[in-house]
Parts: sequence; C-alpha cells; structure tokens
Amino acid sequence: MWGLTACAVSVQYTVFIILILAISIVPPTDVIAHDHPNDAGSSIIISWTPSQDNEQIERYIIFRKTLQDNEFTNIGFVKNTVFTFVDDQVQDTLSYQYKIGALADNKLYYSHPSNEIRSYPQNFHTGRINILVGIIIFGILLVIFVFRAKLGKKIFIRKIPGLEAVEEAVGRATEMGKPILYVPGLGDIDYTSTIASMNILGEVAKKIAVYDTPLIVCNRWSVTYTVAKEVVREAFATEGRPDRFKEDYVRYLTEAQFGFAAAVNGIMVREQPATNFFIGSFWAESLIMAETGAQIGAIQIAGTDQVLQLPFFVAACDYTLIGEELYAASAYLSRQPLLLGSLKAQDYGKLLVLLLIFVLTILAFLNINLLPILTIQ
Amino acid sequence: MKRKIPLAICLIMGVVMIIQFFIPHPISLAFNRTINNWVIVLMAFALILAIGNLIRHHGIRISHRQANWPYSAVTLLGMFAMAIIGLIWGIEPESLYQKIYLNIFAPLSASMFALLAYYMTSAAYRAFKARSLEATLLLASAFVVMIGFMPFAQYLHPRLPAFAEWIMQVPNMASQRGILFGIAFGAIATAMKIILGIERSWLGGKE
Repeated sequence: MWGLTACAVSVQYTVFIILILAISIVPPTDVIAHDHPNDAGSSIIISWTPSQDNEQIERYIIFRKTLQDNEFTNIGFVKNTVFTFVDDQVQDTLSYQYKIGALADNKLYYSHPSNEIRSYPQNFHTGRINILVGIIIFGILLVIFVFRAKLGKKIFIRKIPGLEAVEEAVGRATEMGKPILYVPGLGDIDYTSTIASMNILGEVAKKIAVYDTPLIVCNRWSVTYTVAKEVVREAFATEGRPDRFKEDYVRYLTEAQFGFAAAVNGIMVREQPATNFFIGSFWAESLIMAETGAQIGAIQIAGTDQVLQLPFFVAACDYTLIGEELYAASAYLSRQPLLLGSLKAQDYGKLLVLLLIFVLTILAFLNINLLPILTIQ
Repeated sequence: MKRKIPLAICLIMGVVMIIQFFIPHPISLAFNRTINNWVIVLMAFALILAIGNLIRHHGIRISHRQANWPYSAVTLLGMFAMAIIGLIWGIEPESLYQKIYLNIFAPLSASMFALLAYYMTSAAYRAFKARSLEATLLLASAFVVMIGFMPFAQYLHPRLPAFAEWIMQVPNMASQRGILFGIAFGAIATAMKIILGIERSWLGGKE
C-alpha cells in the first residue's frame, strides 16, 4: 500500500516537473551593449542572443537603468524576429546597463544584465573612409591633369554633337530674329546639375552677347533666379557688351512644378523662341516642355542627370547631353585648357572605379567578398 | 577683387563643408545646421528679388499694353489675391486660401500633369519611326516590353513576360548604371572645379 502510494507521488512529481519545464521559457542571453559608432553620441546599441524558445515569445522588452538607479525601467520593445535595439534617449555623461525581458503568455523571462556602457560622440566617421580615399585619389588625378594642361599638353576630347550645335542654335535664332529660351532645370541651386547648367548658361550667354539675340531664362527657384541673373550679366560684361544685358532676360516664374511647366509652355507658344535649351534636373514636366518646343519648331538642346527623363529628351529634342556630357559642357564650350584637363581626370577616375568593381566582382566569385568596402554610410 | 572674394568664400566654405561631412561630432552637426539656416535666410532675401522681378516684368507688360498683357494681369491678380487672402484669413485647413488651393490650383496642376499622356503619344510616334537601325531596335524593344508587361502576354508566349523583365533588368539597367557612373564623376568633378576655383564660368569666366 505504502509502496503504491510512494509510486503515485513519484509519478505526480515527475509530471509536475515535466509540466514546469514545458511551460518555462529560456530567457535571452549574451546581452551586449555598445556605443553607436560614427554618431554624435547619445545613442547605444543593444544586441542579444535570442531565447531557445523564440517561437513562443511574443516580443522582447528592453529595460534600462543608470548605475545610480536601483530598478530597471521599460524603454521599448521589438518583435521576436529582431535581436537588436538602438537606444537614442541616453546622456553621454551617464553609464547604463540593460536587460532584456522575453514576453510569453503574459510572463516576462529576464536575461542577465548587460555590461555597463556609456555613449560618446565620434570625431571621425570611419564608415566614410572609402569616400575620403576616393576624394583624395580623384583630387590627385585632377591636379595631375590640370598641371599637364597648364604645361600645354594637347588633350583629346571626343566630339559632343549637342555642344557642337550650340553655336549653330544661337546663330539660327539671330538669323530668325527670335529669342533663345534657356531653362536651367527645376532643381534648386543645391543640385550639382543646376550649377553645371549655370556654367553652360554663362558660355551660351557670352555667344548671345556677341550676336545680340534676345534671351529668356526661366527660373523655378528664387536663388537660381538671382544666380542666373548674375551669370548672364557677368557673361555680357566679359564680352564687353554690358549695355546689351536686359533685366527682362532672366525671369522668375513659380515654384509650382506644373505651374512652371505651364508658364514655360505659355512663353514658348507666345514668344516662339527659335532655340530651346533644357539643361539641368527635370522630372515629369520634361516631356511636356520638350514636346511643346518640338511642336513650335524650335531647335532643342537638352541635358539632364535624371536618367529616367533622358528618353523623353532624346525623343523630343534635336540634341541631348547624356549624363556626364552635361558636366563636360562648360569645359567643351570654353575650351579652357584647365577645364579640359579636369575632364581627363574625370575619365581616369571612372576607369579606376570600373577596374575596382571588376576586380572585386572576380574576387566575390572566388568567395572573397570585398564589395562591402564600396558601401557608403 | 570683385572675383577674388567670391572665389575665396567658395574655397573656404567648400573645404570646410567637406571636412564637416567626415566629422559626426555634435559641434560639427551644429555648424551644419547653422549653415543651413543661413541658406534659408539667403533664400528669403532672394525671394524678395524674385517676386520683385515677377511684378516688374508683368507690370511693364500691363502698363505698355504689350501683346497678351491680360495674361500678365491674371498672374499678378492671382499672386496678390492669394497673398492677401492668406495674410488676412490665414492658411488653416478650412480657410479660403486652402479652398482656393485645393479646388482651383490642385486640379489645374493635375490637368497639366495629365497632358503628359498626350505628349507621350506624340513623342512616341516620332521616336518609334523605324528610320534607322537604332530607331528600329528601340521600336522592337519597346514593343516587346509594352506587350510583355500586359496581363495577356503570357497567353501569347509563356516566356514573354520574363523576357520583357530581362530587357528592363539587364540591358536597360546596365546602360542606366553606366550613365549614373558618368553623372556621379561629373558631379564630383564639377564640385571640385568650383571649390578649387578652376571653373569660373559662374563668375563670367575670366581670371
């Protein structure tokens, strides 16, 4: 009898232990906190090894305390597929400790506390070393080729039909007695393409100053308007014709994208320019303007760095500056040796990058993946 | 001197902003914010000049009764009306300003955008004329891509949608990336030329 009772108790105890083990969740382990790299401080990254029972866990809750605090406080949570958390609500002057609570069936299973950690700001962004190296190499190439150009070395630049046609386009407008329309894109002055467009505008305005052809420069942004006005004024002054510059040549229209397109179309239809330049950054309005220009019979030269708009310009314009040609235009038109030298540097820079990508791709095929060194942070 | 000062400012600010890009320290970020605030202030001043140009240009057209002067009158009327309505009755969601914006300006903008479909058809007709080998290739690839992306393409040939996708993802993407490389180097070269004072077209081009 006693034996049977003892056996029953033993079985019950074993079942109880099995049940406890079955419903018990192993908490996350290896909670490590470290300073967020390459930032301005006030940020700590916490990572952990997930619980062995990860599938039963609803979410991980992150707790934090300073060394002065006694209790941990809840600062956020992540779902059970995420095992890192960025705490950007910390002070650089305090040290912190973290622990992770795994939530399952309304119960929390806590990890051991993490290491003590303090955030601090960095003085150099190590994730951008590749950019720095690139700038230095490209800077050296630029100096070498500009120096060679200064020494009078002949530099071959391939023919760019769109830029060869500038002289003809300006001459045509002069012969027809019609104005030339210049749109420096819809990007503000902080777009490199807009700055490149201003350089081209300067060269085009010099030719216009000589031929004394009316010019209409349409601007979407106020800063672009003021810069364009000064560029045109300076170009006229450089050619010794400051008296030929008219305030009306450079106009501010509107910041509204399609309002601007409507205004440019209106100008084209009413004033019938003989030549249209669309050079800079363009978006959905590119074809609306270029096609209107084609319909009024203007000779059109376009150039943009917006790859998706290039087909529209190719379809609607007589000449299109594709990508880098836009940035080469100023050197090409002015024929200044220093600027032509910089074009060579640009070409060699491109060649170096292509070689680098080629070598890294071959290495990646050999299971040596160095491609992440090209990643920009 | 007139050219040396802008060139010096350009060089100093260009170099400082490049250095700032590599320093994530709070002081560096605060400096960046300050410079960006300066840009906003400069833009506000430039806007006064731009609005002045707009008023002057259209004012002269109206006063001289030049061709199409009523359009200038509508432009100035619209600008002043919106400014006055916004200043007096505010620009809150239920305000008259917003009602005009949402019921007049927004539909007009949408209409302008909608015209794109018409212009696309007109440009496509011209571009897809098989006048040369390149234009014929363009026409053929565009035809395959357009048909390939249509729902019934798989009934024409089971591999047609995949082939259209391949055209977009391989030859098209490869050429786009090639152009992007050129653009990236061109942009860097332009920025460096301006910072170093090699490119001076924006100053009239002389030494």
